[in-house]
Amino acid sequence: MSGFKEFEGKAVALDRANVDTDQIIPKQFLKRIEKTGFGKYLFYDWRYNADGQPNEEFELNKPENAGASILVANENFGCGSSREHAPWALLDYGFKVVIAPSFADIFKQNCLKNGILPIALDEAEVNTLLAKGKEKAFSLNINLEEQTVTDQDGFSAEFPISSYWKTMLVNGWDEIEITMQLDDKISAYEKQKEVAQ
Amino acid sequence: MGKSIVDKIWEDHVVHKEEGKPDLLYIDLHLVHEVTSPQAFSGLRMKNRKVRRPDKTFATMDHNVPTINRHQVTDTVALNQMTTLEKNCAEFGVPLAGIDSPDQGIVHVIGPELGLTQPGKTIVCGDSHTSTHGAFGALAFGIGTSEVEHVLATQTLWQSKPQTLKLEINGKLAQGVTAKDVILYVLAKHGIKFGTGYVIEYCGDVIRDMSMEERMTICNMSIEGGARAGLVSPDETTISYIKGRKYAPSAEQFEVYAEKWKNYASDEDAEYDKIIEIDGNDIAPMVSWGTNPAMTAKVDAQIPTTDDYKTEIEKDSLKRALAYMGLEEGQRIEDIQIQHVFIGSCTNSRIEDIRSAAEVVKGKKVHPGVRALVVPGSQHVKKAAEEEGLDKIFVEAGFEWRDAGCSMCLSMNADVVPSGEHCASTSNRNFEGRQGSGARTHLVSPEMAAAAALNGHFVDVRKLFTVETV
Ligand code: SF4
Repeated sequence: MSGFKEFEGKAVALDRANVDTDQIIPKQFLKRIEKTGFGKYLFYDWRYNADGQPNEEFELNKPENAGASILVANENFGCGSSREHAPWALLDYGFKVVIAPSFADIFKQNCLKNGILPIALDEAEVNTLLAKGKEKAFSLNINLEEQTVTDQDGFSAEFPISSYWKTMLVNGWDEIEITMQLDDKISAYEKQKEVAQ
Repeated sequence: MGKSIVDKIWEDHVVHKEEGKPDLLYIDLHLVHEVTSPQAFSGLRMKNRKVRRPDKTFATMDHNVPTINRHQVTDTVALNQMTTLEKNCAEFGVPLAGIDSPDQGIVHVIGPELGLTQPGKTIVCGDSHTSTHGAFGALAFGIGTSEVEHVLATQTLWQSKPQTLKLEINGKLAQGVTAKDVILYVLAKHGIKFGTGYVIEYCGDVIRDMSMEERMTICNMSIEGGARAGLVSPDETTISYIKGRKYAPSAEQFEVYAEKWKNYASDEDAEYDKIIEIDGNDIAPMVSWGTNPAMTAKVDAQIPTTDDYKTEIEKDSLKRALAYMGLEEGQRIEDIQIQHVFIGSCTNSRIEDIRSAAEVVKGKKVHPGVRALVVPGSQHVKKAAEEEGLDKIFVEAGFEWRDAGCSMCLSMNADVVPSGEHCASTSNRNFEGRQGSGARTHLVSPEMAAAAALNGHFVDVRKLFTVETV
């Protein structure tokens, strides 16, 4: 996981609410045993027609949206299962940031742990971005240190993030490493519990 | 101020606290299955890490095991996941109830069944329906694969303390109304987000009167309401269920544990962040008609119309869902024709579920054109059902009687609902494509699924009971 402080990327608008994890990565692709290679299957049922050809109507398939690294969607994004294949698929496809009015809990955690930044903005702010995306391809500037989303046309919004995750993401740290430094405390806890029983 | 069960379990498990950080929580039981673990084990291997407490870890395979001819896995990728789990468990010393073990089954069925699930424990698994174990007064929640790796390596997790929601269900359930209907009713009424950010504690007469299996059905679907965990304070019902099970405390120690467990129950004056009250008398057998579990109606009602909704998002969701489901606004639920029936999944595949479905099926025949499956939740459930002769009741009626696994709950194995066809399913999710691409899922109780199998469409099981009592 490499850290990020600020970056500029192309945004794609997916104006749908309650996008669930079965939609993000359909279950027939969960059988792999690696963490990579899921990008091809992202939004599979929407991206491809029954005959396997790309669905040209689908937002991600529009030529102007190629190479997008920021996904803007509607409320309750990522509801459904705890499968981490969903953020792996988003990441493997090239998304670094997902913006929505709200996210499902587990999905949000899974994003953070994999270095994807889930940004919750107000509904009105998200609607502005969604409306913009319907007209044209656009770029956004994400500044994690300042906690802002801005664009060249004067859009500017702030987003919340816990200081814990901010530090983790900015530095690209591995959580297990940090926990292992507390090994003494874990051992002490285990000992005390075993005595109590 | 009193404490809730969540407060008590939390306090008991904090290993480390630090300003501005989530708490580091100790994990008592880590359940592992073949789909969400391979990447975690390979992460450990890459960094030369060990499993810290194999004795607090337990694995099984359930998601893509075949439910017939279980030794002939034709899907090479599924086979690869299963053999990978075997190799990983052998290499890291993790106990495994593999394909040949009499203990094999759906992870959320076998945890309780083997006595691994106990009150006051923190329990995690790389699976969102881990909330099932909350029925025992455990704090149990689903985690992602990075967290699976973290727990394997450290036996801990960084967690922020969730808020608490007291869901109180009082009154009396009508005959034919089950635990499944209770939770579907809650979802229909409060939506798929009411529990987001909360741990739900289910309380009230209705819950107290329930068996452990019924409580598991309720807690199982907490995640469908957005809550990572749902639980019930432990009581005598809980304790007597655990007694004598394979991994339960020994007979000599049992009383000591039982006393300790009871103390985890919420205090009378415990405070909650949110309270919801439900009138049990109002609950009917429920049927989902749409593409999320809150799109559910009473069996004697109709599918809503766009006029029933205020916002554009809601109207749009209704239209999208009905287009996918091939149903009409205002259509009567009892007129929905079904071609498949699935009795199984971690929501409703335990012995009581199978018994109550068999009760409805006994001496009758599956409607022509309906394909019906019973998939017991575990090999133990299967055996118990066979000892009671329940398998014969199903087979004689025209059902298929299968081996244990997740099966058609998510159709990762060969058990798939064809596109465009309707399935009355006792599982927990009716998302688009869940039971197969284009498959149309209706969530119901085991009794309702059984009655639908016999009639080819939904029927109100309360009527069956009325006829019987006349
Ligand atoms: S039965 Fe269904 S919901 Fe339960 S663990 Fe298996 S796939 Fe998940």
